[in-house]
Amino acid sequence: MPLVAIVTSKRFLEVLGNTLLLVAVVVPLQFVLALAATLLFAESFRGKEIALYFFVLPLAVSDVAAALLWYTMLSPRGFLNKLLLELGVVSQPIQFFGYAFRHMEFLAIVLCEAWRATAIVFVNIYAGYQMIDRELIEASEVFGLSFAQRLRHIILPLLKPSIESALLIRTLFALQTFAPVLILAGLDIPVLATETFYVYAQLFDAPKASAWALLIGILTFIVSSVYVYILRTPEVR
Amino acid sequence: MAAVLLVLWIGIPLAYTFLAALADVQSYYEQLLPARYTLENIGMFLQLGALEAALRSLAVAVLTIIISFALGLPAGYALGRWAFRGREAFRLAIFSARIFPVMIMAVPMASLFISIGLYDTLIGVAFIHAALALPFVVLITSSIFASVPKELEEAGMVFGLTRWQVFARITAPLAAPGLTAAAMFTFVISWNEAFAATILASRERTLPALTVATTVAGVGGAAPDPYKFASAALLSLPAFLIMAYMRKYLTVMWGSQR
Repeated sequence: MPLVAIVTSKRFLEVLGNTLLLVAVVVPLQFVLALAATLLFAESFRGKEIALYFFVLPLAVSDVAAALLWYTMLSPRGFLNKLLLELGVVSQPIQFFGYAFRHMEFLAIVLCEAWRATAIVFVNIYAGYQMIDRELIEASEVFGLSFAQRLRHIILPLLKPSIESALLIRTLFALQTFAPVLILAGLDIPVLATETFYVYAQLFDAPKASAWALLIGILTFIVSSVYVYILRTPEVR
Repeated sequence: MAAVLLVLWIGIPLAYTFLAALADVQSYYEQLLPARYTLENIGMFLQLGALEAALRSLAVAVLTIIISFALGLPAGYALGRWAFRGREAFRLAIFSARIFPVMIMAVPMASLFISIGLYDTLIGVAFIHAALALPFVVLITSSIFASVPKELEEAGMVFGLTRWQVFARITAPLAAPGLTAAAMFTFVISWNEAFAATILASRERTLPALTVATTVAGVGGAAPDPYKFASAALLSLPAFLIMAYMRKYLTVMWGSQR
């Protein structure tokens, strides 16, 4: 059975581990960035509309393109290295790509994902924020709550439903990360989606590829069950 | 200021890639801000099959919009307009379809498509993209239809319009701007989708599929830098126009729907 074959294969733990590590790094990072952006856009300031346009722009940018944008940023003759060389911060370009620099490739994927998919988390949380009753926030200001207190006792509890659904969606899509990993790391950092692709398109083994895909399905089911369970509890009360 | 940093964070990678796509290669390698510019990179990229691939992507996206709207619009209308038994269960089912991984669909579909002759066809890829877009179309159009006042429809019927006439003359025109945004979003889903398009076609490649096949080292292609810049620029071009229009509908489209 192909599923048993892949689960007992040497690659299984590596692929699963990489996938889960990517999710564990990327999703919390995106959550923090999205929450910070929500608080930023909660205030009005000059140029807010333009800033908002830029921030949500990656929603429409393809993940293939986003990966190539970050290749352009980080390659040996890319923006970052040329800038650092010019400023004299480094004397040799920082290497981000190649099997020997797998950790840097991972960092490149994380940067790309933070750039590309924070917007979807943000839009969910920001929409939730706009539905919060303004008077509650004003009242908390009147009663002299500090920013931290206001965040912890007023804003976060009221945002909970939006945060939960945003994180669910993002976690599930992070399990399927494909093009950024393939383009920035090739097969150096195999994750479930790139392994499915590789086994199907390069090894021509459709049953095994289906088994890898099925694993994404199983993880999707487990993660959404856990989220639904967490979501249920407070409503029962 | 935080907002400025944010604009730079999103803007620099995009701006610099467009710059790189238009820069003379030598000049790009030597200078942070290249001095010489040329259309050669873009021209080379288009000649190496990107033009055909972009046209294919366009065709697939239009087919995806047609299929997913034909199936999803009636469901979205019913969901947005009427309370019926099992409505919440239906909404939840649609939501679960939305999180169904494309990988699970694409691999078996490739085998199926080979046996029924849909492999390597644009309509085949469009079917999968429509399956991906359908839950979004249903949920988004339901919140758009829900925002059209029911009273207007009822007034139309009082004055003797049939249900179809009410939809065609009252509901559809009022919902049109929102539906346009939904169509654009469907376009984005299809135009950007790389996995299924790569698995389901080997010659009839869409632009993302071509880019994956030609730029990934280790799976056959390690295209030169200018080729990568040109493909990134061409792929992200529609985003600027689409987001300019879609921005107003973001909260309707992503916010209120669960």
